Amino acid sequence: MNFAISDLMPVLPEVFALTMACVILIADLLIRQNGRMITYLLVQLTLLGCALIIVGTHESGVVHAFNNMIVDDLMSDVLKLLTCLALSMMLVYSRQYLAARSLFTGEFMVLVLFAMLGMMVMISASHFLTLYLGLELLSLSLYTIVALQRDSSAAIEASVKYFVLGALASCLLLYGMSMLYGATGSLELNAVTQAIQTGTADKNLLVFGLVFVVAGLAFKLGVVPFHMWVPDVYQGAPTAITMLIGSAPKLAAFAFAARILVQGLQPLLEHWSAMLIILAVASMALGNISAIAQTNLKRMFAYSTITHMGFMLLGLLSGTVEGYGASMFYIVVYALMSLGAFGMIMLLSRADGFEADTLDDFKGLSRRSPWLAFMMLLLMFSMAGVPPTVGFYAKFSVLKAVVETGHIWLAVVAVLFSLIGAFYYLRIVKLMYFDAPESHAPITYEQDTALLMSANAIGVVLLGLLPGTLMSVCAVAVQQSLMLQ
Amino acid sequence: MMHESNILSLLLILPLLGAVIVGIMPRNDVWTRRIALAFTLLVFVASLPLWYLFDASSHEMQFVTRVPWIPAFNINYAVGVDGISVLLVLLTTLITPMCVLCSWKAIDTRVKEYMIAILVMEAAILGVFMALDLFLFFIFWEAELIPMFIIIGVWGGQRRVYAALKFFLYTMAGSLPMLVAILALYFTGGETFDIQTLSQGTYGSTFQFWVFWAFFLAFAIKVPMFPFHTWLPDAHVEAPTAGSVMLASVMLKLGTYGFLRFSLPITPDASQAFASVVVILSLIAIIWGSYMALVQTDLKKLVAYSSVGHMGFVTLGIFVFNTEGIEGAILQMINHGITTGALFLMVGMIYERTHSRLISDCGGLRMTVPIYVTLMAIFSFASFGLPGTNAFVGEFLVMVGTFKSSILAGAIALGGVVLTVAYMLWMLQRLVWGESTRKEDVVVTDMNGREIATLLPLLVLVFWIGFHPQPFLERMRASVAHLVSEMSPVQGAQHIEGLNDVTLPRKLDRVHSHAAGADIVATGRTIVDSCSVLPCQISNKDRKQTL
Repeated sequence: MNFAISDLMPVLPEVFALTMACVILIADLLIRQNGRMITYLLVQLTLLGCALIIVGTHESGVVHAFNNMIVDDLMSDVLKLLTCLALSMMLVYSRQYLAARSLFTGEFMVLVLFAMLGMMVMISASHFLTLYLGLELLSLSLYTIVALQRDSSAAIEASVKYFVLGALASCLLLYGMSMLYGATGSLELNAVTQAIQTGTADKNLLVFGLVFVVAGLAFKLGVVPFHMWVPDVYQGAPTAITMLIGSAPKLAAFAFAARILVQGLQPLLEHWSAMLIILAVASMALGNISAIAQTNLKRMFAYSTITHMGFMLLGLLSGTVEGYGASMFYIVVYALMSLGAFGMIMLLSRADGFEADTLDDFKGLSRRSPWLAFMMLLLMFSMAGVPPTVGFYAKFSVLKAVVETGHIWLAVVAVLFSLIGAFYYLRIVKLMYFDAPESHAPITYEQDTALLMSANAIGVVLLGLLPGTLMSVCAVAVQQSLMLQ
Repeated sequence: MMHESNILSLLLILPLLGAVIVGIMPRNDVWTRRIALAFTLLVFVASLPLWYLFDASSHEMQFVTRVPWIPAFNINYAVGVDGISVLLVLLTTLITPMCVLCSWKAIDTRVKEYMIAILVMEAAILGVFMALDLFLFFIFWEAELIPMFIIIGVWGGQRRVYAALKFFLYTMAGSLPMLVAILALYFTGGETFDIQTLSQGTYGSTFQFWVFWAFFLAFAIKVPMFPFHTWLPDAHVEAPTAGSVMLASVMLKLGTYGFLRFSLPITPDASQAFASVVVILSLIAIIWGSYMALVQTDLKKLVAYSSVGHMGFVTLGIFVFNTEGIEGAILQMINHGITTGALFLMVGMIYERTHSRLISDCGGLRMTVPIYVTLMAIFSFASFGLPGTNAFVGEFLVMVGTFKSSILAGAIALGGVVLTVAYMLWMLQRLVWGESTRKEDVVVTDMNGREIATLLPLLVLVFWIGFHPQPFLERMRASVAHLVSEMSPVQGAQHIEGLNDVTLPRKLDRVHSHAAGADIVATGRTIVDSCSVLPCQISNKDRKQTL
């Protein structure tokens, strides 16, 4: 294996993150619990450093490293930056919440950094092995983080479920990858594509492997019928951790899906796009309908996540550059909205262990705190996809791609389920604005959390008024990264 | 001095600016009301140049502003008005200050949020009428739902939550298929959202079929047409007065405006193929709405059902595809905004005093409140179209258009007119002379200065349009003629040869300027006659070709 020092440049952010994770792991041993803020600040600094390195080492064009196992392109840079941002926001949102539940520990923060490392590897992998490595690093960190709250049986149950099903999904994925390797003789994505295009590969074997890969992907994305773990994990985990699972990893999951399906298996488009149609429609149907029946907000958002992932798949399955760009835009917007929504739950939860995670907790919020209620209103309308919020543009760009490829019926199905979805988002607005509050306990929060909340929700509107930049960033990133060959 | 093409953008920015100012000022109900009123009045004043500077001889979009907004998708911020929308814009800017005024005392909780909602709603509705970009149109079309949803849900009556959710979901159910149709149009029409470009394209019949029905659903729910009207009585009854006024006067027009702006020009063949369906639904709406109004005991519900009937006339006028019908329909949109808005305002006023909307609770007013009764009588008469009032001119034109197209449809619609007279007069009779079940201690006082001031502009308009509709009709004429010519390109082609320009015969203008109550019949005939000989359709067609 040849190794060149220039290979290190594309992976500098990963190297930095790993180093810092180790440094923090050791440094944290010397810090007492009441000095945990130092660890927290160190982690935030690491995230900032990563972001700066990503920007600093950015090069136009596509750079391969480590014998084509790693790729550094515009898409990976954009997604990694957004991952850092999402994690940083997650930490700000959850600091107070975690401290009140004695989860504000060094382990948590180190695990977050390892999860981030996993995501970064996933995002810039161009080889089945690196993809799998990144995925496992992320997943194993998350399994542990979910179980961090040792005295909560719900969290432990969630963690076990997550682990067992996640391991099963990993097996499926690996099995599928081995099939593809058998058919094409390579694990490297570009080589796989070429092998399929030249027609030397056994078609049956390829499709057989593809089925397993798609199933594994569907598990990780949490789309129907591989969604069972999503509601339980979302509800069982402490909200801060639900937020962690529901935001940044979705960005990585998108990259993962895009790398495998688009970069690696583009010639099999007709096969996987047909599979994704089934997954997408089933997700939108089941997710939206089940969400209506939920009274627990976290569980409801879990079903709404399933729906959103289904919607995101619509862009991928359209098989065009516009479609991939739309999917990426969708996933970025989704991460932003879900950060806000879970942030609000944590903002309303109290230090005495009270969790504001049922629908009733939002009753009359507009009287208890008009500003927070308004922020939540913006977020909910955005999730429902009502203009002029950015959620609308996300849905719009995906629908546009779907219509462009002639799947009009799919677009109609998607909007019909969006309508059903609008109901349960509206119900939250209704509870906040039309109902009388059940509790009159004052809402206490730190200034930085509230500020971030406002920025998050107003950002949803501002991005809605001027969506052009982010849209074209996603479009260009996808075009440069996925469409080269 | 501001450039005149910026007027429309100013109209969009001013209410939003008002909303922001109300939002950041400290909580002070009195000043919140004053500032909101000042801004709505300011918007009205700013919109007045549209009336004076509008060039009635052109069907082209005027006061156009066009700025790229999302270049990646070829989406522009493009606004402008033509003869179809200019009056609706003016109606909106006129009605909104009244909504603020009528909420002066009625809304005493969360005044700040309320005023913000009203101002945002004004901007969104104006945006719908002005948008020249299909995407922009859709944004405004959806955005206007949010404030209305909140107004009904927070400040509404007993079943407000149910009504608000029903309103929102119904409208959204209509608009989402429209979104798909918009996207389909975008790709078929050459990757553009520009409404004028799309209107000039020609599309295959299957495509038109789907697009027509997708748009139809959205607009029919908004109008609302039978059988999509069931959200309307709920929303009206539960909404606070200003919400009802806004809903009836302006928001319902979004649907009929949509028919004129999109369905007819973009899908002309499908519109004509399915015109009979729409006409039948309109007739059912007229008869059914009027029948339902007849049996209501709740004043607000009565007016709400009367809206269903009146809007039936508008859709009827649109889908007979002739100049009289469409001019009548547009005028009827304005008229309905004026009279029904006034009726809702008056119902709100009596409700503030009796805290009941039952006719029996409000009834038997006799001469204790002379001003109220007089005004109520005038607006009721105007609502059923007494000659000399505004609705007469509009309904008459619609009837002329309908009779030209189908005698049977005209006859049925005429039956609806009779029913309208019946329920309005009966309501008036019960209100003024009927038995009262009001509690002894409820004292009904007559209208105060603020309330009279609220209604005065509407009163003036009732008679202005009633006796002198000319200024209103002439502003829409060129656009309507253009629209009609677009609808019947084949007929047009038979007549023209070598006509490059057209001037409306002097006769028509003269007759219009003399039109007074008794002359209306003659006026209508003249319009019919002149339009049938007029080559205006043709020339517009011609002009387009030369362009």
